[in-house]
Amino acid sequence: MTPVLETRAITVRYRRGPDVLTDVSVTVPEGHGLAVVGESGAGKTTLTRILLGLLRPLSGAVLLDGAAIDGRLSALRRAVQPVFQDCYSSLDPRQRVDRIVAEPLRSLGLVTGPDRRAELARRVAEALSCVGLPEDAARRYPHEFSGGQRQRIAIARAIAGGHRVLIADEPFSALDAVTTARLVDLLSGLRERRGLTVILVTHDLAVAAALCARTAVLERGRIVEHGETAAVLGRPRHPHTRKLVASVPRLPS
Amino acid sequence: MTYLEVSGLTVRTAGDRTLVRDVSFALDRGDRLGLIGASGAGKTLIALSILGLLPRGLRAEGRIRLDGTDVLGAPERRLNRLRGRAVTAVFQESLAALDPLMRLGAQVAQPLRHRQGLRGKALRAAVVAALESVRLADPERMARAYPHEVSGGQRQRVAIAMALACEPALLIADEPTSSLDTTVQAEVLGLLDRLIGRTGAGLLFIGHDLAVVAGVARRLLVLDAGQAVESGPVAGVLSAPAHPRTQELVGTARRLRGALERMSP
Repeated sequence: MTPVLETRAITVRYRRGPDVLTDVSVTVPEGHGLAVVGESGAGKTTLTRILLGLLRPLSGAVLLDGAAIDGRLSALRRAVQPVFQDCYSSLDPRQRVDRIVAEPLRSLGLVTGPDRRAELARRVAEALSCVGLPEDAARRYPHEFSGGQRQRIAIARAIAGGHRVLIADEPFSALDAVTTARLVDLLSGLRERRGLTVILVTHDLAVAAALCARTAVLERGRIVEHGETAAVLGRPRHPHTRKLVASVPRLPS
Repeated sequence: MTYLEVSGLTVRTAGDRTLVRDVSFALDRGDRLGLIGASGAGKTLIALSILGLLPRGLRAEGRIRLDGTDVLGAPERRLNRLRGRAVTAVFQESLAALDPLMRLGAQVAQPLRHRQGLRGKALRAAVVAALESVRLADPERMARAYPHEVSGGQRQRVAIAMALACEPALLIADEPTSSLDTTVQAEVLGLLDRLIGRTGAGLLFIGHDLAVVAGVARRLLVLDAGQAVESGPVAGVLSAPAHPRTQELVGTARRLRGALERMSP
């Protein structure tokens, strides 16, 4: 099966700086999750910017459905949506939630025709219900919601346009453990019910293990291990992966 | 006499909203108490109340006795004498806690100068010793650096060095590792554990990650919506959580960590 997203031996550099990513190849099969794990500065966020088409690699290729994304940015935008780390700054405070959630639908022109407004409202309501927010959330503003609920709004925005891939960069790092667990459940539900592909950047290996079938481990811009999560995190071969696994805080049994 | 005694602590806003309600606990030298709860449960407000640093517009009622002094209502001069000697704190965001315009060495030197009266050569040696105690490589170079020039883990080590420089009887650590990588978190927690063990200080450790808090603390106090809902030794709370909110915390932690642990052969 053709992976929905793929990078082939990409190298990325900002200006004249050193390589931020070196020879990075990852494949994302449709409907499977990919976790990108590693320490701060390993290049995780840079990889998401490449996959979102916000940055171009110096060399190597990025493929969507098996074809290079060069010149196909609009196809990429229709397939892939981001969810960011800081749910306090990624939602426009002056816009109502319905407008925020409908933004990708509008900007990509996904809803046309005479009944545009009704159709937009219907899609927004469906997305909000999918992420477990009440119907009246549509008419409220972001500041009226908690951090976990805001991240639900961001997820609703990402799925409202029927996008196939959601790229979430540390979406839980500002949230407490119970809220995180609820959002992990939400995302795995969306994966099962809608076949959503989730690419998750995280430094929390427990979340990676709970949500993603595949894991790629980055260390200083290089992939040191990449494969089934159960193998990569369960039987880590590379010393860096071992160090990451060993550092996860464990409950005394 | 117990070193820190919090009884019936209630924190209200000017608009009379109750954020912390009737919380009581005691903490002695050598004790390690973990305050755990979700965001907004009131954990940080309790820490700020003990330090006498509640933001304007919030008022605390009840009683907080720290080393024989009533903290609530005490004049600033009195509180200043307690801070640094009786109690110090490390917070989550070390970039905000450190002065961006001051070299790290000069910041570590401040409490040593004020509390221990060190000057000149003795002060410089104490600064280097404090930075060495948190296992910072090349402490002399670190002392000359500004906060933005070092990593988050290094900054948090400097903050811990500052907090422990004057050997306080009580350290409050409020989510000290939440913004760090797990690898760095493990190192900083290990360090905190050793230093607290060596100085015999009491520790009030605040967090939302049960695995982290349970690893450092010996007793737990579970907060929910400003109220203490359960307390007891760590092992007891983990094996038989009584309150629904504690059960949720323990269940969530076991389930999330379990996904990873089931993968290990």
